[in-house]
Amino acid sequence: MPAPDTNPDVSALAVAPALEEWHLDLHAKGTRRDEAVARLHGLLLRAARYEVFRRRNSLPQVSTAELDDLAQQAADDAAVSVLRRLGDFRGESSFRTWAYKFALLDASVKVRRRTWRDREVTLEPEHWESLAHAAPGPDDDAESGALLEAVRDGIRSALTPRQRQVLVATVLEGVPIDVLAERLGSNRNALYKVLHDARRRLREHVAAAGFPEVGQ
Amino acid sequence: MTGRDLDPTLLRLLGSDEPELDCDECFAQLARHVELELRGAPADELVPGLRAHLVGCPACAEEHDSLRALLELDSVS
Repeated sequence: MPAPDTNPDVSALAVAPALEEWHLDLHAKGTRRDEAVARLHGLLLRAARYEVFRRRNSLPQVSTAELDDLAQQAADDAAVSVLRRLGDFRGESSFRTWAYKFALLDASVKVRRRTWRDREVTLEPEHWESLAHAAPGPDDDAESGALLEAVRDGIRSALTPRQRQVLVATVLEGVPIDVLAERLGSNRNALYKVLHDARRRLREHVAAAGFPEVGQ
Repeated sequence: MTGRDLDPTLLRLLGSDEPELDCDECFAQLARHVELELRGAPADELVPGLRAHLVGCPACAEEHDSLRALLELDSVS
């Protein structure tokens, strides 16, 4: 007798497998595949519409028709991504959840970029002085002031120009990482690695300045 | 002064030294992590490094929240 499956990561995945079998037809040919692709697109469009309309407050000037067009584009792009990466699906989640994430990613990136389409992105490193708004108030102690100065000094002296640019834009200017990636001709993952390295350098600088516990 | 006492802006600037996934790794594990969460399984233990990434990456965190909310909506409709 096989041992009972006690791994919650696996045992709980046996959710209505019959409902999921249709996605196997995405590997087929002819009508079966066409029907499965249409079903996939419907699933992705539902997720994309959900995401776009959930974020509609960030696009108050955009009409409902344009929002729906954005969702359609996101669903189309997500369908291409899903079909290209079918081999990556290993059954660690339901197929529906796995497919949804592609539509949510495409839709959220499109909304962020549309929101920032007509907005200037400040890429000048000296704008990090805006950190002043995080300065301690009159009731804060000298330790807070010293820490803030160590952070300012770290941004000024411990980071590469690229690290400073990405850290300042994403954290202090509030530029979404996808928008910044588009402006810099990069991608989210590459910029996040720059941001991660910038934070590590900044923590090391602040620790050497007398705040070893910060960031732990 | 510990990291927990910091101003939110300073926290976002400094991040944490906890090991974390990158954005591509987070995307690869996103569906599994959200389903584990919704089942009440210890998702953060089973997918180490994902929670730390969500804390540091607002974009991935938004997509994680959206996927969870969409699945919750599906479960009641």
